[in-house]
Amino acid sequence: MNILVLSEHNNIEIKSATLNAITAASQIDLNIHVLVVGSDCENVVNKLSNFQSIKKVLVVDNKKFLNPIAEFISPIVHSLAKDYSHIIAPASTFGKNIMPRVAALLDVSQLSDIIKIVSDKIFVRPIYAGNALATIESTDVIKIITVRPTSFDAAITEGGNAEIEKLELNLNSNSVEFISREENKSDRPELGSARIVISGGRGLGSAENFLLLNEIADKLGAAVGASRAAVDAGYVSNDSQVGQTGKVVVPDLYIAVGISGAIQHLAGMKESKIIVAINKDEEAPIFNIADYGLHADLFEALPEFSAELNKLNTIQK
Amino acid sequence: MKILVTVKRVIDYNVQIRIKADGSGVETENVKMSMNPPDENAVEEALRIKEVGKADEVIVVSIGGDKSRETIRTALAMGADRGIHVKVVHEVEPLAVAKILEKIVEKENPKLILMGKQAIDDDCNQTGQMLSAKLGWSQGTFASKIELDNNSVLITREIDEGLEKIKTDLPMVITCDLRLNEPRYASLPNIMKAKKKPIDNFTSEDLGVNITPRIKLLKVNEPSKRVKGIMVKNVAELIQKLKYEAKVI
Repeated sequence: MNILVLSEHNNIEIKSATLNAITAASQIDLNIHVLVVGSDCENVVNKLSNFQSIKKVLVVDNKKFLNPIAEFISPIVHSLAKDYSHIIAPASTFGKNIMPRVAALLDVSQLSDIIKIVSDKIFVRPIYAGNALATIESTDVIKIITVRPTSFDAAITEGGNAEIEKLELNLNSNSVEFISREENKSDRPELGSARIVISGGRGLGSAENFLLLNEIADKLGAAVGASRAAVDAGYVSNDSQVGQTGKVVVPDLYIAVGISGAIQHLAGMKESKIIVAINKDEEAPIFNIADYGLHADLFEALPEFSAELNKLNTIQK
Repeated sequence: MKILVTVKRVIDYNVQIRIKADGSGVETENVKMSMNPPDENAVEEALRIKEVGKADEVIVVSIGGDKSRETIRTALAMGADRGIHVKVVHEVEPLAVAKILEKIVEKENPKLILMGKQAIDDDCNQTGQMLSAKLGWSQGTFASKIELDNNSVLITREIDEGLEKIKTDLPMVITCDLRLNEPRYASLPNIMKAKKKPIDNFTSEDLGVNITPRIKLLKVNEPSKRVKGIMVKNVAELIQKLKYEAKVI
């Protein structure tokens, strides 16, 4: 079996979710090819060719592919599909946008957001916001799969020497025009892969109050997340949302501040190793899943938390 | 211009689901059902586009058992003009749903299709993209803003890194994010009016679509449950626990 992994990158760096998708692929078969569609993306190609687990890197390098437009990328993947038993991408907004198009072009069903590989055709995936796990078997010849990044370790990025194959494809595509991307840059770790995440909910009350979380995040080397309510209220941008329709995080420590704990939020964080909840509502459902609960007013607790951290002399960065 | 909006009947988002004892699925009998939340945003957006005179008709389609008609009625009560119910007895995969919708599109010729980005039951996030590919149309997924100017559409998409804007021409498929708008409630007079609005009926056989599943559901089980931990008295105790007991800071 040959497996194709569609890589997510920004033409310079490989996105971390790609590393998780490669690990998932390696649990099915070791004959892994990776597809890079981009513009001036040699850096990405060269890095991938060093990966231990990759046999071949396929490259489509063209100005047209500077931004990942689903209508452009899906026909490329489709044109390569006949050589593969499985085609895998991360279940990020990148993979979610492109892969169902590929599946439809191939007339196969897609297996979305898998968290476990049982065999080459049997997989486990969460349904109902992770409140149930479905074990499913695909009967399609080509399996189109998106992988939940947090459920698989990152692939080893060295020790290999994969063949690089440049593809010249003459593909017509329709009239989608990329206009802009507003990325929220931060010096803090990426939410999806941070070791510690501190998240705020509606209880924070304003965008200014999120600064209290930022201060603690910086001391802990943590990423800052949010509940949907906090994003809807405009306290933070959409890329911070943790939950069923936002990001899934599995940090060593998740600190939920002023978050009541709706099912949809829990879907994004309940696999965290240690969960801390700080809430002034003693009945908040978040306390039912927290390892450590603190019933307190967050506006008193957060400054204290920050002060206590200062007292510890060995804060990990 | 006609707008086609798709709605799915799902277990209400507030309900704590129960898994059937034999592991064959999730209990849907005697459980509160509602319209899939982002589908409400799709209906709302279609109505707003019609209200500013950029569309003439909003058609709502649902695929499912007889009770899906209730979900169509909800959309009609919000203000949609008419409904289409495609009856299927068993659960259908997104691929089959896309094929059914393709046939409806052939019949109705909408220029714009608005859908929820994801159903909160199977969490697949596939159908809009699949339909768009089948039709050979452009797609705008996870839309939090839609600006329609004659034939041209500017879409703001919610992506993992932030926001992305793309521009394309109609016809197209747009999948809606929960932040696209605030769906309206149906007023009592509109609920009464909706009872008189027409709903056409089809089956997948009528449309000539093969809906045989490609994926077998082997079992459904509960994820491992978290055990409730302890309540700490104050911040100092919390920090001590995190440092010396959990060893995570």
